Amino acid sequence: MFLKRQPKLVWLFSLLATTITFVISVLLLQQVLSSGTIIYELGGWSPPWGIEYRIDQLNAYLLLIISTISTIVLVAAHTSIQKELDTHRQAYFYMLYLLSLAGMLGIVATADAFNVFVFLEISSLSAYALIALGKDRRALWASYQYLIMGTVGATFILIGIGLMYQMTGTLNMNDLASRLPEVAQTRTVFVAFAFTVVGICLKLALFPLHLWLPNAYAYAPSVVTAFFAATATKVAVYLLIRFTFSVFGLSFSFTTLPLQTLFLLLGLLGVFVASIAAIYQNNVKHIFAYSSVAQVGYMIVGLSVGTTLGLSATMIHLFNHALMKSALFLAMAAVMYRIGGMQLSQFNGLGKQMPLTMAAIVVGGLSLVGVPLTVGFISKWYLVLAVIENGWWHVALLILLGSLLAIVYLWKIVEVAYFRSPAHNSEPVKEAPLSILIPVWVLVFANLYFGIDTRLSVEVAQTAAQSLFGITP
Amino acid sequence: MLFGLYNYWIVVALMMLGFYIIIAHSNLIKKLVGLSIFQTSVFIFYISVAKIEGGSAPILEADTTLYSNPLPHVLILTAIVVGIATTALGLALTMRINEAYGSIEEETIQQQDKQL
Repeated sequence: MFLKRQPKLVWLFSLLATTITFVISVLLLQQVLSSGTIIYELGGWSPPWGIEYRIDQLNAYLLLIISTISTIVLVAAHTSIQKELDTHRQAYFYMLYLLSLAGMLGIVATADAFNVFVFLEISSLSAYALIALGKDRRALWASYQYLIMGTVGATFILIGIGLMYQMTGTLNMNDLASRLPEVAQTRTVFVAFAFTVVGICLKLALFPLHLWLPNAYAYAPSVVTAFFAATATKVAVYLLIRFTFSVFGLSFSFTTLPLQTLFLLLGLLGVFVASIAAIYQNNVKHIFAYSSVAQVGYMIVGLSVGTTLGLSATMIHLFNHALMKSALFLAMAAVMYRIGGMQLSQFNGLGKQMPLTMAAIVVGGLSLVGVPLTVGFISKWYLVLAVIENGWWHVALLILLGSLLAIVYLWKIVEVAYFRSPAHNSEPVKEAPLSILIPVWVLVFANLYFGIDTRLSVEVAQTAAQSLFGITP
Repeated sequence: MLFGLYNYWIVVALMMLGFYIIIAHSNLIKKLVGLSIFQTSVFIFYISVAKIEGGSAPILEADTTLYSNPLPHVLILTAIVVGIATTALGLALTMRINEAYGSIEEETIQQQDKQL
């Protein structure tokens, strides 16, 4: 109970843990790229009896994204949390944060279908608690709704895994992939697939299953939003890729079942409905939360293309979107620290008062739109290339149209922050403290750097996509 | 044939019941009850999958050769623990919601949020 009064020590320890995770995932990626897939048998039990951890390019790539973002966000967490949470709750916050991180890393690392469910619930349960820590009482209601939807989603995945086990007698993803084709034409496998995909899509916040996301992101503590917006949906996209491409196989998902049309349709609808909803929001965190739903739409469109290029476009966007959204929401944390609110009207004249923070929001927003020299452009570029390669010109046009909608909601913020003067009776607002500004700008520079030097994001994504197509016939 | 698989019918009935309660009821506690029923139906499903006709309990003994598959049992032990954690967290949140809003009815809470 000594630690309860010393949140700074807990913070330093958590930071140490995430930094070590980050270093390990960098080394892991290097090793996987040079020497191929790494397999670890948990407890020395060989699969299919034991649980196997399997790191290929895709896993290592996602581990890197998650551990990088979690470390950078955690640097800013101490200052931001001090303001937003009571002292006696701060130590618990770091505990939940690390638990959630462990859950996400576990989902990505494991090659056992049931283990996925367990880790999913570890990360989700700590996510519900983290969101409920928000100051606003609406955070509680948002957390409750997320709990109901999230548990239904996870239980759907559990049903899917159970049906797969019933048909194949194995839980190991590699074994599943080799045994499922033999029984692919049975109704049980169809049902298993449907339950798994719908369950994952609930976690993914794919339109129209996104209803839990905007409020959960808007009312959670600022750093929690920055962490989840950048990682939680990415992990769900990973699961979707893993199940549709590796476990069930592309021919089953896209040819036997009409998933391609469904994903394309829902992805595009998600882009438009969420972008238009974002335009009508008055809370800045709501705006970017809806934009997250739209960005998930782009990822799903990339998946639906069903080619190596489409899949790598999705993976590139995973990386890039994590950078943009963490930069944006961390900048929100800086604004929250100084102003204590997220209403659009509170941003009046902020461009002059917090120039560095607002500049970060503008660069992050431009990246969201997809302006050249930012990572957003790279994502859109590969996505449009993939779509055109399939001859879907109309889809390419719609993607560009979706980007225009992003300009509209970004402009709303820019207009308020730069072209309106602050209310006369309000206290002067200072620039955010360096402990938040530095992580924000590290992420903003990453947004610019990876928009020019795409070696890491694009090449790893492409080799990962190729290896996925290598396994699946 | 129809009666031979009766436990699957129970699973489906419980699953739909639970799901209906989650969607239709506006009382937060009732929603959690529905969620628990929904999860329990999946537990029964796993246990049914493990059953082998004429099989005994999976304990190693000299004269038993046929026994139920113990793996789903173990999986469901884990899932039960997860279910308990979820229900506990849900109930804790409901308590906090009741303190903050003075109600555990979905409609009242949403009305209060709109007024802000």
